[in-house]
Amino acid sequence: MNSSDRKRLLREMIFFRRFEERSFEAYMERKIGGFLHLYSGQEAVATGVLEMARRGHDYVITGYRDHVHAMKCGAPAREVMAELYGKVTGSSRGRGGSMHIFDPSVHFMGGYALVGQPFPLAAGLALACKHKGTDQIAICFLGDGANNQGTFHETLNMASLWKLPVLFVCENNLYAIGTRIDRSSAVIDQYKRATAYNIPSSQHDGQDIDVVMAAAREAIDHVRSGAGPYFVEFMTYRQRGHSMSDSNAYRSKDEEREWLARDPITIYSERLKTEGVMSDDDIAEMEKAVLEEIETDVVRFAEESPEPRVEDLNQYCLEEPPDPRWIGPLVPGERHG
Amino acid sequence: MAEMAYWEAIRRAHDEELANDPMVIAMGEDIGVAGGTYKATSGLYQKYGAARIIDTPISENSYTGIGIGASMAGMRPIIEIMSINFALLALDTLINAAAKIRYMSGGRASCPIVMRTPGGTAHQLAAQHSARLARMFMSTPGLRVVTPRNPLDAYGMLKSAVRCNDPVIIIEHESMYNMRGEVPDNEVFRPLEGAEIVRAGSDVTLIGYNYSVHLCLSAADKLSAMGVSAEVLDLRALRPIDRDTIRRSVEKTHNVVIAEEDEATVGVGAEIISVIVEECFFALDSQPVRVHAADVPVPYNRSLEKAAIPDVDDVVAAALKVVGRA
Repeated sequence: MNSSDRKRLLREMIFFRRFEERSFEAYMERKIGGFLHLYSGQEAVATGVLEMARRGHDYVITGYRDHVHAMKCGAPAREVMAELYGKVTGSSRGRGGSMHIFDPSVHFMGGYALVGQPFPLAAGLALACKHKGTDQIAICFLGDGANNQGTFHETLNMASLWKLPVLFVCENNLYAIGTRIDRSSAVIDQYKRATAYNIPSSQHDGQDIDVVMAAAREAIDHVRSGAGPYFVEFMTYRQRGHSMSDSNAYRSKDEEREWLARDPITIYSERLKTEGVMSDDDIAEMEKAVLEEIETDVVRFAEESPEPRVEDLNQYCLEEPPDPRWIGPLVPGERHG
Repeated sequence: MAEMAYWEAIRRAHDEELANDPMVIAMGEDIGVAGGTYKATSGLYQKYGAARIIDTPISENSYTGIGIGASMAGMRPIIEIMSINFALLALDTLINAAAKIRYMSGGRASCPIVMRTPGGTAHQLAAQHSARLARMFMSTPGLRVVTPRNPLDAYGMLKSAVRCNDPVIIIEHESMYNMRGEVPDNEVFRPLEGAEIVRAGSDVTLIGYNYSVHLCLSAADKLSAMGVSAEVLDLRALRPIDRDTIRRSVEKTHNVVIAEEDEATVGVGAEIISVIVEECFFALDSQPVRVHAADVPVPYNRSLEKAAIPDVDDVVAAALKVVGRA
């Protein structure tokens, strides 16, 4: 990877962090409602894995902590922010909110709030890729807590049985909401659980984007080769609570300090500095430019965008207008067709 | 015009849609090599192969979810659930995902799946194989729910459901698979909306759906011999409900009986009566009566089972009551 790509990756991670922290501020100002789950601290996983994927070509799906995955796929940041604001210009036209970012134009197939639900949806996307004979794959990002759902076991079984081109990325941040992994899973190392279904798997540091990219490249190559699914686990940590209503009372301050010291942005900045790719000044300038872009482009767009019209409340429930060939009306005595 | 069994009509619709569009697949338990519990996919595995007629493990929620995910990427899956009771396992992917994805994506994604499943009480299958549950699905925005009563609708509505871009639930009935009826030789699409007046009458409207339409038709014969002219209305679709056809019939007969195989509480009949009250309350000459299942889990014992579900005589008695002849 050349130095301009490495600078871009650092900028992306700084951008994603600032995006999340800025949405935190907007939430405190009550400009964003509902649940807001922030990705701060886990940036290296989505950024690194998707850097190795064919963005816009491969299908990507995840849970409710979805802003960064959508943006890395190519969803415009201003549309993601507008969605958080509930605006009609948002990724999901203001109907989904933080947990349901969609941008099928770049094959980001959504954020889902039912833990574990994306497992089968991802396998279905992969089934479609295989059926059509394309070289696309499906990538499913979920947390460690999702692996205790039935959908994990059912889907891994079918994905393996049918050799579907799906990559399962487990972002193990050690907590299922507020319950630590050793209190919720009989198997601590999540990658071991995939072996029950004959799916190759591995576990890696999720804080070092170079490690993430190396592991993701191997995993993606395996899946794209037609050899079937792969399960890759990254050890990571969310710096904020599960959602905005979470005070993190269940985690020790020592543990938090330990992981903060392994902040993925710090790790990568230090590496680029050591290697002479960037200086402290370069990084400070980059941070300033990101701040400005988020304020003048992303946030301003969200603030200035219109709300959805209340008269459009019923829009998007079913296809509109209904196709009379299949829907009707039923004309008495008439044989259709 | 050929006469065929209900299951043959479903099989023919599968066959034609599989031949028409390579994106159509069928998936479910035992539908391939075994040919399907009710033969509705028999022979298709041999014709279209394992990649398109997919035998699934017994994992209803996730294979439904796989169908949903595939549909988001352009496929047209026909998902068979062996019994509507097992559909309860798939409610998360069906109701939390399929029914909501178009809406919560602001219309940017859609799930054109078909889920076919028999719901109804058959022959002493007991509580866990005899649920109807139509009333649960019809309350979910984002779904279409249809209840074909004969081979023509079973064939033509399945074909329409495959082409339609919304998720469609087709509720069949174990006691109807061998029922015979005419289906035209040429390709026919039957609309997914719209109630149908199956028999015209002037004294009372008997409203049914799925198997209960046949109870209404038999009851109408008996009533005719008693000098009561009954109109029979097949709802055909439980979501959305065809309010206009209901209103027009009630304005004509002024008396209503609703025959439902579901339990009454928060049920199909309750919804239809609400529609009538909202649309044409003052056209009623009598209080509407619901004929429905007993409010108990379906028992195994033959006489208890018979007592738990409505039959033709129950519909006749209800009709005589609303026309003031009881």
